[in-house]
Amino acid sequence: MSVIMRAGQWAREHSTIMLMMIPVIVAGFVIQAFGSSLVVNIYTYFCVSLMMVLGVQVFMGNSGILSWTHVGFVGIGAYVAGILSTSPMVKGMGVPNMYPFLVQLQIPVLPAIAMGGIVAALVAAIIGYPLMRLSDAVGVITLFATLIVFHVIMTQWDNVTNGPRTFFGVPEYTTLTVALLGALLAIAAAYWFRESAIGLKLRASRDDRHAAAATGINVVRARYNAFVISALMAGVAGGVWAHFITSFSPTSFYMSEMFVLLSMLVIGGSGSISGAVVGTTVVTIARELLRQLESTINNAHVLSFQVFGLTELVMAVLMVVVLIWRPGGVVGGQELTWPLFKRTTKEVDNAA
Amino acid sequence: MINLEFVINTLSLGSLYALLSVGLVLVYGILKLVNFAYGEYIMVSGYAIYLSGAVLHMPWYVTMVIAVLAAVLVSFLTEYAAIRPVRTKSADAMLVTSFAVSVFLQNVVLLTISPRSRAVPLPSFFSKTVTIAGATTPLRNLLVIGTTFVVLIGLSLLMKKTVLGMAMRAAADKFTTTRLMGVPANFVISAAFIISGFLAGVGGIFWVGRSASVDPLTGAAPLLIAFIATVMGGMNSPIGAVVGGFVYGLLFNVLSITLPASMISYRDAFMFAIVILFLLFRPEGIVRRGYTEERVG
Repeated sequence: MSVIMRAGQWAREHSTIMLMMIPVIVAGFVIQAFGSSLVVNIYTYFCVSLMMVLGVQVFMGNSGILSWTHVGFVGIGAYVAGILSTSPMVKGMGVPNMYPFLVQLQIPVLPAIAMGGIVAALVAAIIGYPLMRLSDAVGVITLFATLIVFHVIMTQWDNVTNGPRTFFGVPEYTTLTVALLGALLAIAAAYWFRESAIGLKLRASRDDRHAAAATGINVVRARYNAFVISALMAGVAGGVWAHFITSFSPTSFYMSEMFVLLSMLVIGGSGSISGAVVGTTVVTIARELLRQLESTINNAHVLSFQVFGLTELVMAVLMVVVLIWRPGGVVGGQELTWPLFKRTTKEVDNAA
Repeated sequence: MINLEFVINTLSLGSLYALLSVGLVLVYGILKLVNFAYGEYIMVSGYAIYLSGAVLHMPWYVTMVIAVLAAVLVSFLTEYAAIRPVRTKSADAMLVTSFAVSVFLQNVVLLTISPRSRAVPLPSFFSKTVTIAGATTPLRNLLVIGTTFVVLIGLSLLMKKTVLGMAMRAAADKFTTTRLMGVPANFVISAAFIISGFLAGVGGIFWVGRSASVDPLTGAAPLLIAFIATVMGGMNSPIGAVVGGFVYGLLFNVLSITLPASMISYRDAFMFAIVILFLLFRPEGIVRRGYTEERVG
């Protein structure tokens, strides 16, 4: 069999990954070439969001456990990468209480981002050990409590994070190209994980925990591995985000941000990578439109008061509507494959 | 350290937490839904006092009735409009829906009233201090203990003696079988949400009474406390929730006293770390009950 034929067969088997990557790449090139700086910014943000959402998807989509913690890993990644790459002078000014050895530390941006991911994964490896044993409601609540622990530490440890105040001066590094590469990497990683042995075991445990355990799958270990890997992805995404936004505070890594990530994942369908990509696209477009609308209303001064929270309000309603209409998300649990609509296979309604 | 003042403080804090936790567990027992919108019922009851008291100048007893009714109504509507359509479909969908309802309610208040906090008018006897056997305490601390006592007795009578209570207990045990016995599912679930809203409303009065102000994010803290207290006490029975509420109150007060001043801002982190560690050894909570994982479908 020639190399070309093999490549062709591989592409047919894994058409999902092409189907996700090609539109993202093409849109990236088009926007880079023709888009205004606002559109370029929005698309960069979209790519970074996609990295985060895919990080969450690796754990939540495959294990079926709703996770609130991941925005905390994004935060860890952002702070670690930010602290490591910012110059000592800026840190000395911006974070007056920082430990001296941290102030002196400076490494290039890319290793800093990698370190952010590694530290997030390490934290996940420690806390995941007890957490992954808990299922169902208890699991959801403890993951929720973990996010609050993270938030308390981020707002109080002002020797590292500058407390509740803004941490600023992170060098700008994330351009559209960087974010796009990051997003492609995240798609590949999420796809690889989903198709890997651990991913398969984990998905089996999601669908029926007892049956999976009975066939010899160590459910806790499968979850644990996924938790650490997804924390790594979320941490890297956080580092990339930090070098895009350049200044941030602990409120960026709390419930309202997690709600945005979850709405992206759930609206698209948390069970599949296609769902994560579609959901991120839909939610990003909807949010930007609503934000434009909100600022237009506020600038036109037609109302006697400022409009706050309209975006979140509409997003919440949209989410409930999507869930009523399609509880598994727009895409559902099955990956999109090429050709998009096969006549022979019956549509499987996968309500995870 | 352990004097009467500490005991009264712990009891009042614990009974408030117990009240809030029971409301959460009632819904969880039947639907296996962790209701993220629960905190918002407390916020709604706070705003109801603000609107009826400060804006419409009603007497304090009317404002309190309105507060409880508002929480009941919002709780009922949550179930009717948002939870019911997704109930049979997936557990995650239900969970995320309840969170979406919470975000929705917060932003409705943000949009229509104000993002800033509002002062809540409360009767003056609420903050009057009394002295019992040398211990000085605000009267509302004693009121909350009394109210919780009465409400919990009423609730246990309802659960034990009435047909509705029996149906709800049966539904919490085995929902499918209960339906086969002729109990309408929607009715039991609505009843659970209404009682849950009632408890949130009553608890909300005292919660808001502590700071005498309310803002759109008021619901987050009590929600979290109810979560942790129920997880700690045991998610499968109201008794577990009551126990968890008191244990949480005790833990909170002990940490407040024993932590050094420099660490006090980490108190919440310590609390949750202790809870997580505790769950590692006893994931079913303090009060063990028949452990069912069945959900409505």
